[in-house]
Amino acid sequence: MIAGYNFGYLDEATKRMIRRALPKAVAIPGHQIPFGAREMPLPYGWGTGGIQVTASILGPDDVLKVIDQGADDTTNAVSIRRFFHRVAGVATTERTAEATIIQTRHRIPETPLRAGQILVYQVPMPEPLFKLEPRVAETTRLHALADYGLMQVKLYEDIAAQGEVATSYNHPVMVNHRYLMSPSPIPAFDNPKMHRNAGLQLFGAGREKRIYAVPPWTDVRSLDFEDHPFRPVRAPHACALCGSEESYLDEVITDDAGGRMHVCSDTHYCGGRQ
Amino acid sequence: MSPLLQAQGLHLRFGAVRALDDVAIEIWPGEVVAIVGESGSGKSSLLRVLAGQARADAGQVLYRDAAGAEHSILDASDAALRRLMRADWGFVHQNARDALRMEVSAGGNVGERLMAAGQRHYGDIRAQAARWLERVEMDPARIDETPRNFSGGMQQRLQIARTLVTNPRLVFMDEPTGGLDVSVQARLLDLIRGLVADLDLAVLLVTHDIAAARLLAHRIVVMRAGRVVEHGLTDRVLDDPQHPYTQLLVSSVLAA
Ligand SMILES: Nc1ncnc2c1ncn2[C@@H]1O[C@H](COP(=O)(O)OP(=O)(O)OP(=O)(O)O)[C@@H](O)[C@H]1O
Ligand SMILES: [Mg+2]
Ligand SMILES: [Zn+2]
Repeated sequence: MIAGYNFGYLDEATKRMIRRALPKAVAIPGHQIPFGAREMPLPYGWGTGGIQVTASILGPDDVLKVIDQGADDTTNAVSIRRFFHRVAGVATTERTAEATIIQTRHRIPETPLRAGQILVYQVPMPEPLFKLEPRVAETTRLHALADYGLMQVKLYEDIAAQGEVATSYNHPVMVNHRYLMSPSPIPAFDNPKMHRNAGLQLFGAGREKRIYAVPPWTDVRSLDFEDHPFRPVRAPHACALCGSEESYLDEVITDDAGGRMHVCSDTHYCGGRQ
Repeated sequence: MSPLLQAQGLHLRFGAVRALDDVAIEIWPGEVVAIVGESGSGKSSLLRVLAGQARADAGQVLYRDAAGAEHSILDASDAALRRLMRADWGFVHQNARDALRMEVSAGGNVGERLMAAGQRHYGDIRAQAARWLERVEMDPARIDETPRNFSGGMQQRLQIARTLVTNPRLVFMDEPTGGLDVSVQARLLDLIRGLVADLDLAVLLVTHDIAAARLLAHRIVVMRAGRVVEHGLTDRVLDDPQHPYTQLLVSSVLAA
């Protein structure tokens, strides 16, 4: 751990502020809690919200895993992991089962979480209604009144225009039968993993300065219609590396001649099966 | 039987202007009441106060729901008003664009209130929307078009379909035919008359079109400068007006 920084980089006052927001978020599942986000030494869009949440909950005994689009070895994931190793001296891992805290962008690991683990999402836009209702005061009112007809209208329009719901990413969910929530942009394929998950799921949005949470074992239902039930879509292939027919796949270009293959987006899961 | 909506002693000022000056009004189930008067007489203000969209400075508005429970509209919370607006009431605006979602299809516009009320069967919602388009004499084949493609008269029909699809008990209409061509107005009034009779709706209709009031209303309330100057059964008020202002209103129509 390098000298000159507070443990976990964030000053204690900021951590306390975030730690005060977190129990509120846990107490009202899916409800967005404002917090006074700090400037972080990296630009918005790089996960400043998630990093601040992680920094506030991290203890010396924690074991941290960081993934970006499911991969442990992308630049973003590597830098965040290194960052916390340097400013908090915590152990890091790529093994989902070993981690106590997993910070993620765009995926939920394939290996199910167990009780005690915490999944921290980096969230670019926490407000699920923002495209439909740009006025913040009005979205706040809609949440307060649980008035979500508008979101359902959007799904209606998708089906009317395309025969199916068009959101393969960031498909909105109802949390604990009360709050409409943006699942951060994870693939719809991952939505069912949020439902009654044994782990604690925390969401941090740095630019929008919002924190929200899904406590363990909470009901998380993807919005749909009775006659057009939500379907977690997956490419109809087996992983070219490990053969998995259950995992979420990325399509990767293999050469200049346009060759491509499907591989698990969760690199640790894939590696463990090879 | 008791009134659906009952208001007394309503006052509303904007600076020196008395938009409402000690107004009382009531409406009974299945009744159409027209509120007539010249521009600026306080008709829209009255409608907005009755529907809980504006707070009066003084007075009382009581609404009795289907279960017989009374709601004091001036004291009702946002959430309670929203519930009434969703389940019991409808509001038809003069300008359809104020009510419609212009970037959402006709079917989505009609279906929104059903979805807000908790319906979650796409096929049912769509079928009800198509039925309602037919009911307001629109081609159900246009269910996936947005209101931008529609004429002013069609947009107004769509707004009516969107409002009535949830079977409200009480509908507020503010100049529903205003701003439309005369021939379009006549067809729309006919349509409204048919629907009101079929659905046994109670309607509070603001208009300065005396002919529309005669066609639709059981009773008429005449307003001037924020006060009700005369009210009574439609034929009585129009054929035998007592107040000089009403006499003027009626004769100016005859002259026109
Ligand atoms: N928001 C407001 N602010 C200031 N004055 C207002 C406001 N709303 C209404 N008024 C005034 O209150 C009076 C009654 O207005 P209201 O809109 O109720 O009349 P109206 O009978 O509906 O007229 P019109 O036939 O032109 O629609 C008018 O003098 C109007 O200028
Ligand atoms: Mg008016
Ligand atoms: Zn694989």
